[in-house]
Amino acid sequence: MRNVIAVYVENKYGVLARVSGLFMRRGFNIDSLTVGETDDPKYSRITITLNGDEYARDQLVNQLKKLYNVKQVKVLESGTSFERELMLIKVKNSPANRSEIMAAAEIYRAKVVDYTTEAMSVEVTGEPTKINAFIEVMKPLGIVEMCRTGVVALQRGGNIMEK
Amino acid sequence: MENQTKKIMTGSQIVIETLIEQGVTDVFGYPGGQVLNLYDELYKASDRINHVLAAHEQGAAHAADGYSRATGKVGVVIATSGPGATNLVTGIATAMLDSIPMVAITGNVPTPLIGRDSFQEINITGVTMPITKHNYFVTDVTELAATLREAFRIAISGRPGPVLVDIPKDIQIAECEFEPTDPVTPFPEDEARDEDIDRAVELINNAKRPYIYIGGGAAGQGMAMGIMALAEKIDGYIGCSFMGLSTIPSDYPRFLGMQGMHGKFASSMANKEADLIIGIGVRFSDRATGNTAKYARRAKIIQLDTDVSEINKNVKADIGLVGNIVSSFERIYHKVSKLDNPVWREMVEGFKKRGDDIAAEAERRAKAKMPIKKLFDIINELKDAKTVIATDVGQHQMWTAQYAKFEQARRFASSGGLGTMGYGLGAAIGAQIGSGEKTVLITGDGSFGMNLNELATAVSYNTPVITVIMNNGVLGMVRQWQTLFFGKRYSNTVLERKTDFVKLADAFGMPGERVTTPDEFRDAFERAMKHDGPYLIDAIIDKDEFVLPMLPPGGSMDDIITEKKQEDAR
Repeated sequence: MRNVIAVYVENKYGVLARVSGLFMRRGFNIDSLTVGETDDPKYSRITITLNGDEYARDQLVNQLKKLYNVKQVKVLESGTSFERELMLIKVKNSPANRSEIMAAAEIYRAKVVDYTTEAMSVEVTGEPTKINAFIEVMKPLGIVEMCRTGVVALQRGGNIMEK
Repeated sequence: MENQTKKIMTGSQIVIETLIEQGVTDVFGYPGGQVLNLYDELYKASDRINHVLAAHEQGAAHAADGYSRATGKVGVVIATSGPGATNLVTGIATAMLDSIPMVAITGNVPTPLIGRDSFQEINITGVTMPITKHNYFVTDVTELAATLREAFRIAISGRPGPVLVDIPKDIQIAECEFEPTDPVTPFPEDEARDEDIDRAVELINNAKRPYIYIGGGAAGQGMAMGIMALAEKIDGYIGCSFMGLSTIPSDYPRFLGMQGMHGKFASSMANKEADLIIGIGVRFSDRATGNTAKYARRAKIIQLDTDVSEINKNVKADIGLVGNIVSSFERIYHKVSKLDNPVWREMVEGFKKRGDDIAAEAERRAKAKMPIKKLFDIINELKDAKTVIATDVGQHQMWTAQYAKFEQARRFASSGGLGTMGYGLGAAIGAQIGSGEKTVLITGDGSFGMNLNELATAVSYNTPVITVIMNNGVLGMVRQWQTLFFGKRYSNTVLERKTDFVKLADAFGMPGERVTTPDEFRDAFERAMKHDGPYLIDAIIDKDEFVLPMLPPGGSMDDIITEKKQEDAR
């Protein structure tokens, strides 16, 4: 089961180490973790995706809540929240590849951000499933390297997470 | 007009003044290069705050821990940077696993030297991150007092635990304004939801075989009184985890003692046969439950804990009451009906009798010159109600859990969660200083060998700690497992040492004697109780005395090993 968890933390020295250290010592297997400052510079928001059952998810949430710098933890339900991820992917450029990459980028509403005779780099944004699908399309063309940001997510509508 | 109470002070002065302001009267520690300024202020404030110099920082940390267990106050330990700080690690981890409130203060190299592998520099906040509730690296003297206060607040709030504050030397020297405040109070805790309380009350009212299972979270005299009253009201019985010892008086008829791997037959059986388990401040650890898949299959479980992560962590609770334990407990207590469970009483009295029979048979079969139970009978008879008992880790610790009698809360200091060999002597010294009462350390020759240097501390301060070494010349608990589960291949558990503990006591400057029979032990223990100061008794016991009954690891009550089974195995 895939879980998306949003965490408000104090924007202080060592907080990320405390949060990531928790995963290791409690044996959680994290798929992705993103972190960035919020509108209030005192706080950062972390988005974690965790593959695990309800027990693992609840333990993660409860253990996170025990960290002193963690101010709020919320499990985001897929129906009432939306998520995005960004990927930069570099694919071998050749006359045979070129049009296929361009066409795929068009359909996936991706952007070509770098172009040389050896490689084309594409920026793709969307839900992780879309990113995965794009990777599958690029695989036969020859992926040189790629980089994903991990998921960021918000609740829909007026629902907000209190800090 | 300038506020009279505001004064310009150095960081070191602020540390001392904040400790005093927080009600700290005793600290344990060891000086060093990066805490020189702090120790200078301790010297000047020696009429207001008592510093106990340990022989090793680990001993100081265990002393702060033992002090806290015996008093309920925050234990404070001070160490220098680098090795001083790393020597605290085992002591801090011990406090963490047993939820003991502690504030550890370390010095560090001046901030311009941080990160350069300077002499005696270590990133102790990084090292202790997983073994503290929280820790701080102070980089600004104006935040020092607030940081220390917050450290105390975190240490005592909710589920208590250790907090470390690392203070670079230049911050200890820097100056700023300081104004004393009142001692901190705990952060407000959650309160269990009304509907959960009501559901719990309904479960209890319908219970025919209720069993109250208490842990370290139920420590203290107040909770003990309440729990006994609840047991009477719902006609139930009480058992405990290792950490729940010395809360309910041992002789209280509804108290069945510690359950689990080396627990009492009666409490383990009552736990198994109960239809309702009320867990109070207890984490259902593997040592207390055995195989959780087979654990208490007939029972509903109500779990009271302040720490939400404990609910459902080890066993699935039917109702989790998250919030202040005392508050949840009181709300339940006032709502439950008076129950009458005659069938349950009869069953449990049967378990008690059966347990007594097993113990009596074990005593009859005992061929040892120095039967373990006999030693504890003597200790129980000669000690006072207020006497604190500390232990190390191993067979002697489990025997203490099984046989030592406690009449009051907070009279026991032992490393439950981490199982720290070498914990006992430091903890006994700290517990003695905190409680002001005679303290008995029950230890083994293995554990004692780890940190016996703290005898020097006991001698320096003439601390009335009686060290009883249950000396069998082997690492008994590991050897017991090797006997039962490793075909008697005694790998590295037979100590071919020639340590003469009586001469050792003499060398440290304290009396000691060796005993080989219960009569000799009685005489020696009487002398030790009368002696003003530390005393050592080297009690020679048989290496083939086992801790029984025993539930094998991962086993359940169906797999219990008793005296009889053990003899068949030999």
